[in-house]
Amino acid sequence: MKIASPQALRGANASALTEQLVTFVVDGQAFGISALTVRDVLRRQPLTRIPLARAEIAGAINLRGHIVSAIDLRARLGMAPRPANCPAMCVVVEHAGESVCLIVDSVGDVISVDCAEIEPNPASLQPMWAQAAKGVHRARDHLLLLLDVGQLLTF
Amino acid sequence: MDDLIQEFVIESLENLAVLDQELVRFEQTPGDKEILSNIFRMMHTIKGTCGFLGLPRLEKIAHAGEDVLGKFRDGALAPTPASVTSILKCIDQIRALIESLSTQGTEGTGEDGPLIAELKAIIEDDRPAAPAAPTSVSAPAPAAGPVQAAGGFPVAAELLAELGETPAASAPQPVQDYPVAAELLAEIEQLTKPQAEAPAAQVPQAIAAKGEPAAGQAVREKAAVAQTIRVNVEVIENLMTLASEMVLTRNQLLQLMRTGGTAVFKEPIERLSRTTSELQEGVMKTRMQPIGNAWGKLPRIIRDLATELGKKINLVMKGEETDLDRQVLELIQDPLTHMVRNSADHGLERPDERAAAGKDEVGTIRLSAFHEGGHIIIEISDDGRGINTEKVRAKIVERGLATAEEAAAMDDSTVNQHIMRAGFSTADQVTKVSGRGVGMDVVRSNIEKIGGTLEFKSVFGEGSTFTIKIPLTLAIVSSLIVQAGEERFALPQIAVNEVVRISQRSAHQIEALRGAPILRLRNRLLPLVSLGDLLEVKDTQTSWRPGQNSFEGYVVVCRNGSHVMGVIVDSIAGVEEIVVKPLSKILGATKYFSGNTILGDGRVILILDLNGLASCLSQEKVRAEAAVEQASEDSGNSESILLFRVQGEGMKAVSLSQVQRIENFDMATAESVQGDRIIQYRERLLPLYSLDGAGGIRRTGRQQVLVFGEGAAAVGLAIEAIADIVKDQLKIQRSSQLPGLVGSGIVGGKAVDIVDPAYFLGLGALNQSSDYGAAA
Repeated sequence: MKIASPQALRGANASALTEQLVTFVVDGQAFGISALTVRDVLRRQPLTRIPLARAEIAGAINLRGHIVSAIDLRARLGMAPRPANCPAMCVVVEHAGESVCLIVDSVGDVISVDCAEIEPNPASLQPMWAQAAKGVHRARDHLLLLLDVGQLLTF
Repeated sequence: MDDLIQEFVIESLENLAVLDQELVRFEQTPGDKEILSNIFRMMHTIKGTCGFLGLPRLEKIAHAGEDVLGKFRDGALAPTPASVTSILKCIDQIRALIESLSTQGTEGTGEDGPLIAELKAIIEDDRPAAPAAPTSVSAPAPAAGPVQAAGGFPVAAELLAELGETPAASAPQPVQDYPVAAELLAEIEQLTKPQAEAPAAQVPQAIAAKGEPAAGQAVREKAAVAQTIRVNVEVIENLMTLASEMVLTRNQLLQLMRTGGTAVFKEPIERLSRTTSELQEGVMKTRMQPIGNAWGKLPRIIRDLATELGKKINLVMKGEETDLDRQVLELIQDPLTHMVRNSADHGLERPDERAAAGKDEVGTIRLSAFHEGGHIIIEISDDGRGINTEKVRAKIVERGLATAEEAAAMDDSTVNQHIMRAGFSTADQVTKVSGRGVGMDVVRSNIEKIGGTLEFKSVFGEGSTFTIKIPLTLAIVSSLIVQAGEERFALPQIAVNEVVRISQRSAHQIEALRGAPILRLRNRLLPLVSLGDLLEVKDTQTSWRPGQNSFEGYVVVCRNGSHVMGVIVDSIAGVEEIVVKPLSKILGATKYFSGNTILGDGRVILILDLNGLASCLSQEKVRAEAAVEQASEDSGNSESILLFRVQGEGMKAVSLSQVQRIENFDMATAESVQGDRIIQYRERLLPLYSLDGAGGIRRTGRQQVLVFGEGAAAVGLAIEAIADIVKDQLKIQRSSQLPGLVGSGIVGGKAVDIVDPAYFLGLGALNQSSDYGAAA
């Protein structure tokens, strides 16, 4: 899936006061991140382990000649380790001038959310998630947690 | 206007760099008119442009400098070291102002009065002595007053100078004395012409004076310059990155081809491959710069140093045109400068010392650069006093880096390595220039940082030579791809000395000293690092573990500075040219990796950082050393046993705990006292014995000696070679009648004779002469 140029999206975003979200699922929980930050969505890539790096860092992948570090969201969000047979997808996001790959279980649709419909984090949200999330969107049959890429990549 | 100023800044800084060099050359060959007219022209251009751009401070200084240079050129003034120093000062000031202009956009504020006065004083002082001066002064005499009184008026000063210059230039005398080139005369005429035409119009005059020679210069330089353009460094860097990417993609394609690509692609891919290589080479060339650019400052530095230190120094540079990568060039500039300063300060003697030593009073520092197999070699040599290795040895002992015996046994090159250690200085006095001992280690680490090596050779009394070997470029590195478990890592090849195969049948085996792996290689104990262990590689059935005897793999012997170490790997996957890419910031501090890259098969691979590996090694080494000490204290059944050979048959063994030291003596220094062979050791006499009789103690060459006992009671047992250190039980199976042996036993599966140190200690204590050796 290719995303239109960020400028075009930003323009549309500002006028309609909606936010485009790329949705994905990690360990049964649905998440969304701003489509503006997403550069690429890929199938599972061969990973090179980075020895002695922090646990969240799954390794590095070759993204069309660029070396991109991969963060395992299961580890980052304190969820159960990925079972061997569980599929994985890569969501490549842009952060601080660098590309970073987020490893998720599966990627869903790009949805448009009215900014007014995004609710603040519930007080009961566990701290690890509360830090990385910037709000909750209530989809028809499930809750979507909006992740903040900057926070997600700050260890 | 901004563009103009920017152009001016770039151009002027380049011109000033050349000016520095040319002035030093001029001082050495004062008769060379070509150099002088070159210098004059550049200064003139700067002055003229400043006037045009409205930069009064710069213009005033440049003008004062130009005046003096004009006098030199006309022969009205003979250059002296003092006056050249003033001109150099003037250039420094101009440079400072131009730099301020480029960073802050203004000339800044400051007082140039003293400098201008100094320059003017040169002219004033020499005027009476100058032959052409009296005639020239007569015409503009009225103008002389106002200038001196009001030095702050640039235009008036300029007028005077131009006027003063004209008669001097056209006077017949200097022309006869110095055959002035026709070109020079023409330029002087150009200079004087507008003045005659418009003596009153001051501003146009300044522009005209500037414009015409500048145009002339432009024509002259056009032929040489027309083929070059200025390109922003960023553009080139970007091109370089793209070309590197292309190389990687090409490698990937070639790999695909090899593993069963369709035949139709073969030809185009090969063509693409060739073109890519050429493209990459071409882009690399754009980054290449002659090393002379890094040397540009040196003549000036040497000149200033020579003046300051009262030495006579001749700097000879060879191979300035040798190209190397811009990035490398920048990184070696400071180390080079430091080393040349070192040579001038420490290396070369004062003229009187040189004369006393029968050398030419003028010391020579020689700089040369050349290519050699993908590397660039830079040599810095001087014909000075060289390194007094005895002094360094004394310093080594004084600083507790080695014992007197060890220091005496070191060869000169090992001793010289010490001068590159932190805080090590043999200078008797700390001077302003150097001698604080914080130099060579920084130089060496900077050179090593870019994958280079630094070697030092010196002959006492004859001079020293530093040899720097650096890669041509940092962008592409030839690397050994090593494997631990299923993971691969790249090891830069420049650091790799050799690869040793380890298997059960191979001659080399990994041994462990209390868990720390060690490899004995050509009489050297090599500390090892297990890559699999260190990097916590999973699935390392094949990787080495302490206590594992059936290990099959390789030890990559690497050099990191003066340390040699081995890296244990499972296998070697090959050698590949890799493009180094920096590690992602998100990974944080990674001690063991210097970067990463993509291999031909598209996999990401990490590049090992030898400095990091070496730092972990120092811990391992400490562990190993501690292990040896601990082993001797071990009270358990098994102990460390030293196995060694003598001339006679069979392996000999002794408990390591009974051996105080293992020394390597120069046997030529051993003496005979009362029939005993003795050697001076730690200010005592150490009697030497042997299991082979008197013949077992060598008369020449070096020999290993086991030292039993301490202090006055110590005795030495000369042996042929140390065979091994093993952990085992020292159990006597058969007692012995032979003196010096307690009996025989089995150590490490082999029958050995067990030596009795007490016997030799007894011989020493009783001061029994002669006779163990003769009797046995």
